[in-house]
Parts: sequence; C-alpha cells; structure tokens
Amino acid sequence: MNDNRDWRAAGAAEDPSRRVFLKAGAALVVGIALGPSAVEGEAAEEHARLPGSLNANRMLDAWLRINANGTVTVFTGKIELGQGIATALAQIAADELDVDYSRIEPVTGDTSRTPDEGVTAGSLSIEQSGTAVRFACAEARALLVGAAAARLGVAPAELRVADGTVTGPGGRKTTYWELTADSMLHREATAAAEPKSPADYRYVGDSRHRRDIPPKFTGGQAYVQDLRLPGMVYARVVRPPSPRAELVSADLERTKALPGVVAVVRDGSFLAVVCEREEQAIRAREVLRESATWNSPELPLTLADTFDRANPGLPAHVQVVSEKQSQAAAPAVKRIEARYTRPYQLHASMGPSCAVARMADGKLTVWTHSQGVFPLRNDIARALGISPQTIVCVHMQGAGCYGHNGADDVAFDAALVARALPGKPIKLQWMRDDEFMWEPLGSAMIVKLTAGLDDRGRIVDWQHELWSYPHTTRPGGKEGVNLLAAWHLAQPSKPPFPADVPLPAGGSDRNAIPLYDFPNQRIVKHYLPEMPLRTSALRTLGAYANVFALESFMDEAAALAGVDPVEFRLRHLSDRRAGAVIEAAAKKAGWAPRARRDEGIGSMLRGRGIGFAKYKNLMAYCAVIAEVQVDRESGIVQVTRAWSAVDAGLSVNPDGVANQIEGGIVQSTSWTLKEAARFDRSGITMRSWADYPILRFTEVPAVEIEVIQRPAERSLGVGEAAQGPAAAAIANAFAAATGRRLRDIPFTPERVRGVLALKRTPDPQENPYRSNGGGKE
Amino acid sequence: MPATFALNVNGVTCSVTAEPDTALLYVLRNDLQLNGAKYGCGLAQCGTCAVLIDGRSQRSCVLPLSAAAGRQITTIEGLGTSERPSALQQAFIDEQACQCGFCGSGMVIAAQALLASNSKPTEADVKRTLDTHLCRCGSHNRIVRAVLCAAREGAA
Repeated sequence: MNDNRDWRAAGAAEDPSRRVFLKAGAALVVGIALGPSAVEGEAAEEHARLPGSLNANRMLDAWLRINANGTVTVFTGKIELGQGIATALAQIAADELDVDYSRIEPVTGDTSRTPDEGVTAGSLSIEQSGTAVRFACAEARALLVGAAAARLGVAPAELRVADGTVTGPGGRKTTYWELTADSMLHREATAAAEPKSPADYRYVGDSRHRRDIPPKFTGGQAYVQDLRLPGMVYARVVRPPSPRAELVSADLERTKALPGVVAVVRDGSFLAVVCEREEQAIRAREVLRESATWNSPELPLTLADTFDRANPGLPAHVQVVSEKQSQAAAPAVKRIEARYTRPYQLHASMGPSCAVARMADGKLTVWTHSQGVFPLRNDIARALGISPQTIVCVHMQGAGCYGHNGADDVAFDAALVARALPGKPIKLQWMRDDEFMWEPLGSAMIVKLTAGLDDRGRIVDWQHELWSYPHTTRPGGKEGVNLLAAWHLAQPSKPPFPADVPLPAGGSDRNAIPLYDFPNQRIVKHYLPEMPLRTSALRTLGAYANVFALESFMDEAAALAGVDPVEFRLRHLSDRRAGAVIEAAAKKAGWAPRARRDEGIGSMLRGRGIGFAKYKNLMAYCAVIAEVQVDRESGIVQVTRAWSAVDAGLSVNPDGVANQIEGGIVQSTSWTLKEAARFDRSGITMRSWADYPILRFTEVPAVEIEVIQRPAERSLGVGEAAQGPAAAAIANAFAAATGRRLRDIPFTPERVRGVLALKRTPDPQENPYRSNGGGKE
Repeated sequence: MPATFALNVNGVTCSVTAEPDTALLYVLRNDLQLNGAKYGCGLAQCGTCAVLIDGRSQRSCVLPLSAAAGRQITTIEGLGTSERPSALQQAFIDEQACQCGFCGSGMVIAAQALLASNSKPTEADVKRTLDTHLCRCGSHNRIVRAVLCAAREGAA
C-alpha cells in the first residue's frame, strides 16, 4: 500500500481550515448511535454543542486521566473489535497531549468507567470518539500548561512540552505527573483549545502496530472466552428447534442426575444447564435437548416466497426517500431496467458468542463482546425488571462480529443463569449450531432499477426501488427488549418496533441515493418491519445490496451507451474526491478502456470490473477493481485480483485503513460468490460450516490498496466502505468476462452455468461488453 | 468414568483427571488455563483449536484426552510470549496479520507444522496448508505474507 508519507508537509499549508473541518464534522455526526442520541439532543439545548461524543459526555475526566505514575488513561465508550480503535485513539491522545505513545493506556466500553457512546457500529468511532479524545486531550494539555506556567511563574506561551515534561525559559521544568490533580480535569469541556495542526502530528498518520495484536498471536488473554474467575462454572443453552417454538416439556431431573451438573435452569422456553466442567455441560446439553418436546409452528414465509413474487406480501412501509426532477434535462431515448437480489446472509463469526456473568450482593456484572455495553445494560435491566444502576457491563473482545451477532443474546443468557445461581461466576458459551441458528441475519433484499439515457449516452433519469426487512434490531431502544431469551421467558418481553435507520445514513436505503449527477431520480423503499426471520445489522446494512445493484446497473447503462465503465462513471460525477478514487484504482489496476476481457485459456474466461461508493454518502470514498476468472465448464468464479483506492480523509493509521479495506474486499468476495442462509418453514437449517461455506485461502484474491491521505480533511469512517463496491466490481468483471450478467447474489456455479447456457440476445451495437442477455428476471 | 492422564504440554508434564473422551481443547483451556487454542466449531471444520501433536497440526476440539496422553503437545504458548515471540509469531505481528485474531492461533500452529516439514514453502504451499483454516475478517493475504516472511528468515 501507499501511505503517502510526505503528506505532513502538504498538510501544513492547509492548516487554517483544520479547525473548521473538525467543527463541521461534529455537526455532521448522525444519530445512528442509539444510546446517547436522546441525551445529545437535550444537552444541545442547554449548552453549546461540543465536537463528536464530547457533546453527550461533557466532562474532561470522563475521557482522560493523568496519572502520577507517568501514564495517561484514555477512556472511550467505543470497543475494540480488532479494527484497531484502541490504537488509533492512543495515537490521537499522544499527539494532542505531547506525550510518548507508550504512556497511553486506553480503557474501552465499560458501563462503570467509560463514557456512554452507544454502539460501536457504523464506522463512526474515529469520527465520534476520536474527535472527543482529540478535543479533550487538547484542552487537558492547555490546562496542564496553564498549571505549569503558574508553578514556574512564566507565561504559558513560553513553555514547551515534550513527553509530558513542560520546559520554560532557563531550562526550568515540571511534568504532567507532578501537576496532575484530581480536580484539574473534573470540569466541563469547552473545546476552546486548538487541536494540533496536521503538520505537528507525530503519531497520527503513522501505521503504528496495533496494541491488541501481540496477545492474539501468543496465547495472551485477549478475549472474553479467556476470562476465568475463581469458582467459575460452565453453562450451555438448549434453544428451541425453530424461532417460534414453545417448550412443552423437558426432563430436568434426568439432566440434573448427570455428572457434574450444578443446575438446570428453566424459565418459560428458556433452558440452560450449568456444570462444573465444560465438557460436562456440553454432554448435559445434549441429554436435555433430546428430552425436550416443543410446539413448533411453521414459519409463515420462505425466501423463495419472498423473492418469487413482486410483492413480498407483508405489510410494507412505502416511502419516497429521494426525488429530483429537472425540466432542463434532455429526453431519454433509451431505457433499461433490471432487478437485483441479495439473500439473507450471516455474520458467521469464527467464535460462537460467549459471555461471563456474576450476580453478587445484588449487583450483576456481565463481561461481554457486545458492540454496545450501555444499550445492552438497558435491555437487560428492562428484561429482568431491575435498575440499570445494579448492572455493570464490561466489554472484552470476542471473535469478529461484523454487526449484531449473538453477542448481546449470549450476554443475557449468562445473566439469566447468573441470576438463578447468585454468587457463582457463569461462563456461557454458545455452541456452533447455536450461533448459526440464532444469530440475527443480514436482511434479504430486492432492488429494481430503471434508467433512461439521452441521445448523448448520459443518464437523464434514474429510478431505484428496494424491498428490505429491518437492518437494526439491536438492544438499546426506548421501549421493548431486543434480547433473544427475553422473548422466551415465562413472563416474556416484547421486541420494540424495528424502525429503519433514518437518512442521511440510512438503513435499508443506505447508499440507495446515487452520488452521481442524474437530473431526474426517484428512490423508493418498501420497508418490511415484520420479519419472518429475525434480521439485524450486518456490516453495511442495506449498502451492500444497494451498491451492488446501483454499480452493476451503471455498467449496464455504460454498455448501452457504448462507453467505458470508468469513463462513464467519471462523466456523471462532479464530486472530485469520488473521481479521484476511481482514477486512482484504475491507475493501480492498469485499467485500459476496451480491454477488460481476454480470452483466457481453455475453458477459462477473464474480465475486470469496477465498483465505487462513498459509504453512506457520508464516509470514506472507495473504488474497487476486481479481476475474475470464470470456468465455463464448472461455472466456478474465482476473483483472482483486486485493486482499491480509498480516501478516508485524515487516516489516523493508514495500515489500519488498508486492513479494513482489504478485509472488506475479501469478506465481500465471500458474501458475493458463496453465501446464502439456508432455511425452510421449520426455521434455520444451518448447523455448521458445512451448511454455510465461506471463502478459503485458495479462493482469496490478491489485493492491493492505495490509501489516499488527506491530512486537512476530517477522518471518514472506513470499516464498511469496501463491501458494496467489491460486490459490484465482481459482478461487472463477470459481465466483462462472459457478456452475461449475474444479478442474484451469490454467484454460485449453478447460477453461472445457468446464465452461460442462456441463448445470447443479438447485440444491436455489437458491443462485446454489453450484458443484457443474462441474469434471471 | 474419569481417569487421570499424564500430559506433556509445551515441554512440561502435568496430570489431568477427566473423562477419557474429553476433547483435549477443554483440558488445555480450562484445566491448564491456556488461551491459545480456541473453540470455534467443535467439529474440526475451522482450525481455531489447532495444536501440535508430535509436531503435526491437529484439531484439539475432536482429539480425545486419552489419545493425547503420552504425546508431545505444543500450543501457541509453547512457541513464545508477547514479550519474546518466536520468529514466526513475530512475523504475524509484523504483518499485522489479523483483525479480530480469533483464527490467528490456529494459523500460527498450522504454519509452524508446515515450516517444520518444508522450510521453503511457496505461496501455493502456504495457501494449500491453510485452506482448511477459516478466517472471517479477510486477513488471508497478510497471514500468507507472514508465513512466507518467516520462512525467508528461517523461522523453522
């Protein structure tokens, strides 16, 4: 990757705009974080708005503490997911405070210690938490320098700070560690202290090694799974066989008689076993499961029902989310339309969800890999009918979650068992089949697109219509409980109404509004709040399907216009940063117009395609070019190479950005080529990796990333930027290779053989890349 | 019935009492308090639980305690520590070869076994060896680079 190490000089020149950007950035923060949004609104009425998460957590000592032992504790309500946030925040803090990076000790999401920053989701951590840490540390530095000036009897301007040592005229000095007092930072932030200019950054912009990595490769304690408490016992749950099943009976007595069984917990249809040893719990779970009888009603719909009809037949909230009309536009002389689908897909975390819980002295402590410890605490409190003040939720890492997996649910499972066994620490580990059967799914979606082109081959009319189930049913709502077991208890809680995430970030309609300049456009969503299968946040929410469809369709329109896809996109883009990532990716890939296909060898066809998006239309710009190889005989598609350019504004840690983009491309390749949830009317039918194959080493493309560093621009979220563009790039590369188009994810060998076998439609323009002959309608 | 077994783990002999068919994974994690091997699937499908048994990479989630007794068991803790990582572990750190890292321990173990039998693997060798290990974050290319880098520096 290219991390443009010479950007510091460039940044210096642009410095005066820096402050403006950060402030503007703060105003742009959108309320996807569920927890503090209400608080933010109230706070804003009474006080001046502060940048980032500082607005809702206004005390300086909520964010940092200067310790007499020469360290600095930085508190963030965000959590480490392996995305490197703890490292990036430490880089920001070290720079603003002028202390060595090694002195910074980050503390992440803990309801008893850190600010409430809602959920760590939506690629918002640098923007929300990073901005708060930057301003809080800048202000703390000013306070410390002020105190040093008073102590040394000089003006603050005469002082210099190096690694926490403050030096004045004549070499007189003191240190932060001597100056610190509890009261100093116990005050409301003003954001009046000027943060550093990019030219003065020492750590920000540097690809620091992540702090969370060494324990992960050496067997250190890195995950909640590694937490062991004295007297801890091991629990497993026995879940119903299907989502709506109710427990009729179970042989608790026979289970209790098994070796090592400490307790069997039943509450309504919630069943769990607790044992002295883990393997005993696994065996007891099997015995209990076999003894249980359930009343299992069939599911009302299958995915086939949903997708085979134009109208899914469920109540839909229909909304025009964007409409633009221009009388000045030229009339359309050509029209195309197409329909794209994305199936239900899984987070499929490598480690099934796990939590540790303990009820002691009337206080419940839960160690969890939830993405939102505060929202989780609220829902646990509501479900148990106790005060949130009696619950502490402490984040520890788990396996990568990529959204709302079983993390919150297992935490509540553990809490239920802990409540039944006061005093005993409970480690509750879901089995692999628990995770596959019960994690919330990424929603299936349908996208229909229509475009009209004028006589010069420009798009003058664009219509995007989508159907989607909910994308956010996390804990943390104002009412109801979004925790699986809470719905199964004898006194069940109800889930709240699953509202869609509002624009501009959007949920089902995330990235449905094109960034391209179309004079006429109309975007309509059909939001289906009734879920036949439970759905929630999977990385990118609706953006993966919307960008796949939108960017595939751009290629279809380009083919109709007879214009190279890169050139076609640039002609419709006035956003220069968007154009810049497309051009950079094309340059990196050696993109040559009209040479996107070669004949390959034997039964192989090869082609290249591009996809682009600005995530949420608010965050990082990302263009991906994919090269695919299609085996005509077997129908197997292999993504052989991918190139990407990403502009995330100021990249705090460019290698962290590259890692996110690279990982996102690989994950999206897996989603796009292989992944679809399996289920029937009895419920989810997946139990193991055999039922949900994902991409393997020999199938992974080589990836090259260019991070365009823009030090004077505010940092833009990057964690979900690549998935949509990568899917479209693969689809477009397939079309370039074969002349046929795949519009239904995943691109399985069966589907590929299907479109390749279709009789080719005669092409009036004899454009070898035009691709309206294939695809299923 | 539970029985007592002598295990040689990371060069140290220890004694464990459990049912003979207990998966080695739970003994390593709970009785010996070793974090490296992870529960990922319990079905030998994903590789997060891999350990070396007499130098060969095996899935501890399906290996009975009785079959592991008397053999040389090496977990990732036996290769090096955070403070003093082995050359192979250092290569994974240098390449920043993970996001969540949950698969990482198994990857290092599989790579260790590969390098012991093939000190100069090709990229294809590495990918073939790791093909039975799953990674969900998309860190595959970094992992392959780490193994090749360690091989170049003679990690085996």
